[in-house]
Amino acid sequence: MEILSPYKEATDVILEAGGEPLRLCYQCGICTGSCPWNLVRSFIVRRIIHEAQLGATDFESEELWLCATCRACVQSCPRGVEIIDVMRALRKVVTELGVAKVPDALRLSVKNISGTRNPMGEEQEKRADWAKGLNVKPFTEGTELLYFPGCYPSYEARDKGIALATVSILKKAGMDFGILGVKESCCGELVRKSGNEAVFQSLVESNIRVFTETHVKRILVSSPHCYNTFKNEYPDFGGNFEVIHSTQLLLELIKEQKIELTKELNRRVVYSDPCYLGRHNGIYDEPREVLKSIPGLELIEMPDSREEAVCCGGGGGRIWMETKKGERFSDLRLKQAIELGAEVLAVACPVCMCMYKDSQLSVDKGEAIEVKDITELVQEAM
Amino acid sequence: MEDVKIGVYICHCGLNIAGTVDCSAVAKYAGSLPSVVVSRDYRYMCSDPGQDLIKNDITRLGINRVVVASCSPRMHELTFRNACQEGGLNPYLYEQANIREQCSWVHDDKKVATEKAKDIVRAAVKRVYFHEALEVKEAPVNPNVLVVGGGIAGIQAALDIANGGKKVYLVEREASIGGHMIQFDRTFPTLDCSECILTPKMADVGHHPFIELLAYSEVEEVSGSIGQFKVKVNKKARHIDESKCVGCGVCEQKCPWKVPSEFEMGLGKRGVIYIPFAQAIPNLATVDAEHCVYIQSDGKKCGACIKFCEAEAVTPETLLNQSDQIVELEVGSIIVTTGYDQFDPSVISQYGYGKYDNVLTGLQFERMTCAAGPTGGKIVLNSGKEPESVAIVHCVGSRDQNYHEYCSRVCCMYGLKYAHLIKELANAEVYEFYIDMRCFGEGYEEFYKRLSEEGVNFIRGKVAKVTDRAISDEEKGKLMVVTEDTLLGKMIRVPVDMVILCAALEARSDADKVASLFTLNRRADGFFLERHVKLDPVATPTDGVFIAGCCEGPKDIPDTVAQASAAAAKALSLISKGTITLESAIANVDETKCLGCGRCEEICTFHAPKVVSKNGVMVSSINETLCKGCGACAVVCPTGAMSIRHFTQEEIAAQVGALTELS
Repeated sequence: MEILSPYKEATDVILEAGGEPLRLCYQCGICTGSCPWNLVRSFIVRRIIHEAQLGATDFESEELWLCATCRACVQSCPRGVEIIDVMRALRKVVTELGVAKVPDALRLSVKNISGTRNPMGEEQEKRADWAKGLNVKPFTEGTELLYFPGCYPSYEARDKGIALATVSILKKAGMDFGILGVKESCCGELVRKSGNEAVFQSLVESNIRVFTETHVKRILVSSPHCYNTFKNEYPDFGGNFEVIHSTQLLLELIKEQKIELTKELNRRVVYSDPCYLGRHNGIYDEPREVLKSIPGLELIEMPDSREEAVCCGGGGGRIWMETKKGERFSDLRLKQAIELGAEVLAVACPVCMCMYKDSQLSVDKGEAIEVKDITELVQEAM
Repeated sequence: MEDVKIGVYICHCGLNIAGTVDCSAVAKYAGSLPSVVVSRDYRYMCSDPGQDLIKNDITRLGINRVVVASCSPRMHELTFRNACQEGGLNPYLYEQANIREQCSWVHDDKKVATEKAKDIVRAAVKRVYFHEALEVKEAPVNPNVLVVGGGIAGIQAALDIANGGKKVYLVEREASIGGHMIQFDRTFPTLDCSECILTPKMADVGHHPFIELLAYSEVEEVSGSIGQFKVKVNKKARHIDESKCVGCGVCEQKCPWKVPSEFEMGLGKRGVIYIPFAQAIPNLATVDAEHCVYIQSDGKKCGACIKFCEAEAVTPETLLNQSDQIVELEVGSIIVTTGYDQFDPSVISQYGYGKYDNVLTGLQFERMTCAAGPTGGKIVLNSGKEPESVAIVHCVGSRDQNYHEYCSRVCCMYGLKYAHLIKELANAEVYEFYIDMRCFGEGYEEFYKRLSEEGVNFIRGKVAKVTDRAISDEEKGKLMVVTEDTLLGKMIRVPVDMVILCAALEARSDADKVASLFTLNRRADGFFLERHVKLDPVATPTDGVFIAGCCEGPKDIPDTVAQASAAAAKALSLISKGTITLESAIANVDETKCLGCGRCEEICTFHAPKVVSKNGVMVSSINETLCKGCGACAVVCPTGAMSIRHFTQEEIAAQVGALTELS
């Protein structure tokens, strides 16, 4: 019988890969208690940290790939352990040292990003196709605002409405904006969290080069994931840009009366805080204020809202991976919205949008509710 | 200047200094400086043999100035000054060069550090040359003591001092003394009734010939310094005639206006005229003027209490015309025992405090189990029924960098206490949710064992959530405590009827005001700073002001009482000595240069200088007992008449000049 002994070499490898925060953990278990996975299956986050502390990590376990990086655990952690960084370090060890297999679906998406700069594997040349016929100007030096839709609104059918609505609003507001189109690369946020630091850094390098060449100052993003990495991670690589999320810009435009919401939308709407807008960046009020500015719109708070919002399950690269039916948080969240009698589930993230639209297909009465991005709702009210 | 003979001593401080500074090289260098007749280096200068080196050189070599290059003067300036004095040399002919905190502790390069140490020593040597012998004066200590805060700490300190035959003013801001301890039901681990052990002490305070109790009063202003503080206390108006009130309580019974009782932690109400609890000391009624309809309507409405008071202690006169009174006290020392506040868990939305019924804090539960409390000692839910199961959640706001990083020390124990009381009074199922069980004191671990025997369920896991959303029929109508049972490595949902949150002990919300009144510092965790965390826990950096009890940090009753007695001992020691040594390095007026302009009087925060008439001329005169030697007056003096002894222009210029010299 083999009795476990601490294996410091494994711990050292994990620490070096960015797992230093694990030292602080005093094993209270609130991370496990806060993790949305435990709504659908057992996922003992605390044990993963302790195993890493002792070098006893099972690198072949599928558990290393479960974390959707929603930050519920980090938020509650009494020691301030950056658990997401520890998960990322574990994935990095697998990815870079080959101590186990990276899940196939993830490997494919990362390969696509590496090749054509988007996880779908679509041609890079088609990145600006969504804007065909809309007369959107290319961003050049001197343009005030860069609109960076991100991979999903550019390529994914379910999310195209976001880009279209955003452009329509920007034009009506008379904003001076442009897009980089085929010169854009994936922002890299999900790739980094999935453990592939090398691909992430090559994306960062490419984007910063393009932004610097064209003298980008202010970037408007549709995705809170792009928001998070441009704002909080790109500066480490010399990329310092002002970033604004569409809900923040919308509120600005409404307050400055650059757009007017005149059409009534008499709908019962619920809003699910995206993890990367809410818990990661503290933006809870702006999206709500925008929704409340829409005449006729009845905003109902969901149970588990704001800091306690339930993740859609797409972050951390999980949007690219298969999640068993019965284990999808987006199903639960959609059910919550339906139970509240909501007609619209409003989102502020293309990843959320994708996940919830998928859930609509499998959840009972899923088609009875509409999943809309806040930009789409605002455009409808103009 | 007489023939100046300087002795220089370079301390190794073990390896603290010698590890980075070549002490013998510095000693050799010092020996080459002008007027230095002896220069030595030694392992530990502050030790007896180290000090003897100085004393022997004074006797045998006739040195009349001493420089010790060692640690910070804050550590050992007094030690070496005393050594000089014992050797027969005036203590102010001594100068300390800091080559530890300002040199060896902040540099790695031995060469650089040694050169820097030489520079520092040279500066000290040049300065000490100009030191003059200063008179060491003493002032009498006022034997009265002020104790601020009438909880168990203040009560104990007051009794210790009063029993020593000295006069104590005990100031308490609530209507009665007793603090938090009088709110408790039982005390761990003996399960003594808190009131039963506290009220005799409270009664003693009330009757003691040497204790003047100023309850329902607050300190407004403090001036002066150790041995001679002047304190202004605001005696708030109770709006009754204190000489007539017998504390019968009829006025409260008849008062038609009820407000939430702060004492009952919101679980019960009190009258607008009230006695906070049955054993209140002083046993007097108090009128809450803000809510009193009679006072607010200027005598036009209500007046029920006036009608029913048989002692005629409440009258229109007392209600409408009584006002706050300022009382001025003179004391020699002050003991601050202002206690703690309970953390408000409503900021932790996941625990549902304030959102769900039947989620309570520790202090609320204390009131519930108290026989004289709002539920008559019965553990009941909002519905009036008894709970069948209760969860006790540890570390709410403690050990959590999102709220308070420290451990509140008493919660593990009172959590066990509640478990016992629940078993005894309601025979309900009890679940203790803990991260660690901290049972460090006398009888504490044994108490934990007892609770295990009583069948309490211990679940190791920091609670993630308390929710009322049922996912099964068994859960309907219950509160579910959701956590990982870390010892099982599984998620667990425990349905209970009641949740008790062991909320952190935190510094009082007005600690800043108290700190500025008494010149106290606050630590990073919010509590008051002691002089030395290990070796001087009840003194503060402000001479003559002591702290004790939970205002210094969370602690249980035995530790609070011990600290209170310690602070009392410190006060009594001061009184016993009878005098304090005044600072000699204080302001000094050259009356030939003084214009009597008064700028020094204006700027001084200690009120030491006063412009007076001397021989028909207006000049500044320094009150030597108040002057702290801060130097502000010397800076603003337009003629240079004001100087600070021991910090004269000559001394400072020599020191600074030496540093800019090329060696």
